[in-house]
Amino acid sequence: MELNLFVKNFAEIFEETEAGLFKPSTKFRDIEEWSSLLALSVIAMVDEKYNVSLTGDDIRKSLTLEDLYNIVKEKK
Amino acid sequence: MYNPFTLKGKTVFVSGASSGIGKAIAIECSKMGADVFITGRNAERLNSTFLELDKGNHMQIIADLQTDEGIKTVVEKMPSVDGIVHCAGIAKPLPFRFSGKEVMNEVMGINFYSPAILSQELLKNKKINRGASIVFISSVSGVLCSSVGGSVYSASKGAINGLVKGMAIELAAKMIRVNTVNPGMIDTNIYVAGTITQEQLNEDINRYPLKRYGKPEEVAYLVIYLLSDASSWVTGSGMVIDGGYTLL
Ligand SMILES: NC(=O)c1ccc[n+]([C@@H]2O[C@H](COP(=O)([O-])OP(=O)(O)OC[C@H]3O[C@@H](n4cnc5c(N)ncnc54)[C@H](OP(=O)(O)O)[C@@H]3O)[C@@H](O)[C@H]2O)c1
Repeated sequence: MELNLFVKNFAEIFEETEAGLFKPSTKFRDIEEWSSLLALSVIAMVDEKYNVSLTGDDIRKSLTLEDLYNIVKEKK
Repeated sequence: MYNPFTLKGKTVFVSGASSGIGKAIAIECSKMGADVFITGRNAERLNSTFLELDKGNHMQIIADLQTDEGIKTVVEKMPSVDGIVHCAGIAKPLPFRFSGKEVMNEVMGINFYSPAILSQELLKNKKINRGASIVFISSVSGVLCSSVGGSVYSASKGAINGLVKGMAIELAAKMIRVNTVNPGMIDTNIYVAGTITQEQLNEDINRYPLKRYGKPEEVAYLVIYLLSDASSWVTGSGMVIDGGYTLL
């Protein structure tokens, strides 16, 4: 697993926010476009691409994209 | 004692009886005097429901209703019944964009095909008595509203509501009544997978005029009405029970 690829996969779910704005240090829940639909989309993307089942709480307790990446890695 | 809602002398089949709403329905029906025939996949939890049933001539069968063998086993073992409650079902919150054919097959499979085909097989095998009542546990979702991540689930419940109308017309010839119960959110384990957080659920509760989710027993009482002779003139209906949720 690679962090940069994770960031890219994550960015792809967003419709409005420019892909270039996503960094490992991005506080993703502060992005304007963030919503409950996007939270479910992240869970679905991680399931599809990494075969890992995230919970809503995993997302809630991650501050940055890297935090979330680490949870996925741990669960892998 | 005068009781138009009694289920005494009736045999009632309940699927999804190992958990949540189906469990409460099985227990409450037994308390109203019915003999119940219950099914689920998890043997331990199904047995715990079985042990909580009030006295009567009850039976339990483990079966996966998503499979042909599961349906076959249930149809073979089942006595002829006066009531059927289709309660087995899953919710799989996923954005529409991620709800591909596999997800559709899984959700439509257990929420729509299984209860539809099981009803068909029971009819073909003459296991549904004249004057019986069939109840499908549908939802407000897909009939009156939906939610983020609820598109395919809604489709499966909308399909049930449509099916019931056609069945009700045809089965009236045998005096068999067919209805749905359409609950709003009920406190069960259905969202235990955790894709929806407790925080989100707490926020959602505030959107209910009665300021709480429903209890499984409260759905069971409505099902009892539909199974009893008190509802003899009710068929093809969808009964909403949602604490006022869909008013707003
Ligand atoms: N809770 C709600 O807010 C709500 C609202 C509206 C409608 N509903 C509907 O009410 C019904 C019951 O929901 P619930 O909240 O009680 O859920 P639950 O606690 O998760 O129980 C679901 C039941 O369905 C059974 N089931 C699932 N897949 C099955 C399969 N392939 N074969 C056989 N049995 C299967 C489960 O059996 P095992 O556990 O043994 O596998 C369990 O007994 C569902 O149709 C649901 O859509 C629920």
